[in-house]
Amino acid sequence: MRLTLHVWRQKSASDPGRMIQYEARNVNPDMSFLEMLDVVNEELTVKGEDPIAFDSDCREGICGMCGFVINGVAHGPRRGTTVCQLHMRKFKDGDVLYLEPWRARAFPVIKDLVVDRGAFDRVIAAGGYISVPAGSAPDGNAIQVPKQNADLAMDAAACIGCGACVAACPNASASLFTAAKITHLGVLPQGQPERADRAMRMVAQAAAEGFGSCTNIGECEAVCPKEIKLEVIARMNRDFIKAAWTNRGTSSATGGAG
Amino acid sequence: MSSIAIDSHLHKAIRFYQASIGKKAVMAVTGVVLFGYLVGHLAGNMQVYLGAEQMDKYAAFLHSMPLLLWSVRALLVASVVLHITASLQLQKLKLDARPAGYVKKEAVDSSLASRSMIWSGLMIAAFVIYHILDLTTGAAGAVQFRELRAYENLVYSFRRVPVSGFYILGMVLLGMHLYHGLWSIFQTVGFSHPRYTPVIKRLAAWVAILMAAGFISIPIAVWTGLVGSNL
Repeated sequence: MRLTLHVWRQKSASDPGRMIQYEARNVNPDMSFLEMLDVVNEELTVKGEDPIAFDSDCREGICGMCGFVINGVAHGPRRGTTVCQLHMRKFKDGDVLYLEPWRARAFPVIKDLVVDRGAFDRVIAAGGYISVPAGSAPDGNAIQVPKQNADLAMDAAACIGCGACVAACPNASASLFTAAKITHLGVLPQGQPERADRAMRMVAQAAAEGFGSCTNIGECEAVCPKEIKLEVIARMNRDFIKAAWTNRGTSSATGGAG
Repeated sequence: MSSIAIDSHLHKAIRFYQASIGKKAVMAVTGVVLFGYLVGHLAGNMQVYLGAEQMDKYAAFLHSMPLLLWSVRALLVASVVLHITASLQLQKLKLDARPAGYVKKEAVDSSLASRSMIWSGLMIAAFVIYHILDLTTGAAGAVQFRELRAYENLVYSFRRVPVSGFYILGMVLLGMHLYHGLWSIFQTVGFSHPRYTPVIKRLAAWVAILMAAGFISIPIAVWTGLVGSNL
């Protein structure tokens, strides 16, 4: 196979960047998309050019490190798949592909197709945790969880934080990501003590990072490699609205001894 | 003294509105008010098929309760102002959130209606202003505009082709706006369920199409002579 690539090249965060055309020759249909880029990069290195920078780690579709936009679709044309698990057999000989980094103010480009997703880490840090007593491990069945809640939590927890939802959203909203985290913990008994604060804090942090708001159009769900459903965003909205009106505020130092 | 500091209601409301979810909730609630008005307005308009007498009687009936009429009008204006203000603030947020766009961008699943809410909304707002000047105050109405002669005013207005054209365009956009907006209300206030959401979406689509069709039928009825042939 032979492909024409138009790749976003940007030397550094301050470089304006531009699209540059490359020819990918001898593409094996069994290669993953990233392996195809590895081969292109080998040729570039031999020629003494700077290889195309892109993120990747596990290359098994489970770590959330990789991802860029292929022909206008985050993670490319195959549903429920990260770019590392996208194979070249999905493309045809002679295809012209445009590769661009995730675009959002909250995800500044570091180099070429690599963006800084530190904003996601700060959203998690704002409320994506539960309080557990330190000490010996609790009995496995001490807290019972209904099967459907366990399933909901697991589906939401499948989010790998790749950022495709932000990239695909016309508003550059991080709602699907934030809502997946809020749902993951919010439907489990262990997540109840911080449930109201979690919704308030994570939503506020996502806004502070400069992500946009949700317009319920569903592009995020369509590109999510873990197929997280729009339903989680409704759950986030519900938790946030409830918390915003019923939360009693923080108690003073007099309470909560022990 | 309580050890818990409870925010004042005003403070809570302001903080709620500052969040984008709060703005969306305001848009959802005002959207429900405006949709409720549309249902009533369409039901009122359908009386045009019952003839001039019935239509004008209905107009007189509405004007017979000035306090209620002006209360409803005030509620509608407040809803429109809140709905549009929130949408413009969110549009600003959207533009700020992605300063550099894509060279190539494809829509995978989203409908055209859902992606163009701000534009259909602004066009509807422009339409509503003209519509009020045309058929409520008469400032932009047909030469023959006469207060409370609703049937006559409507027929003479719609006989002007550009006016009917603008009306039909406005109603197509209204249909698109409702197509996404009606189910979106549920999602925004936090209701989503795999069993009910698909039903809500289908219902929303049908209501949007039927309402647009109902409104659009009126200028077509005027053109074909089904309405107003005696004038």
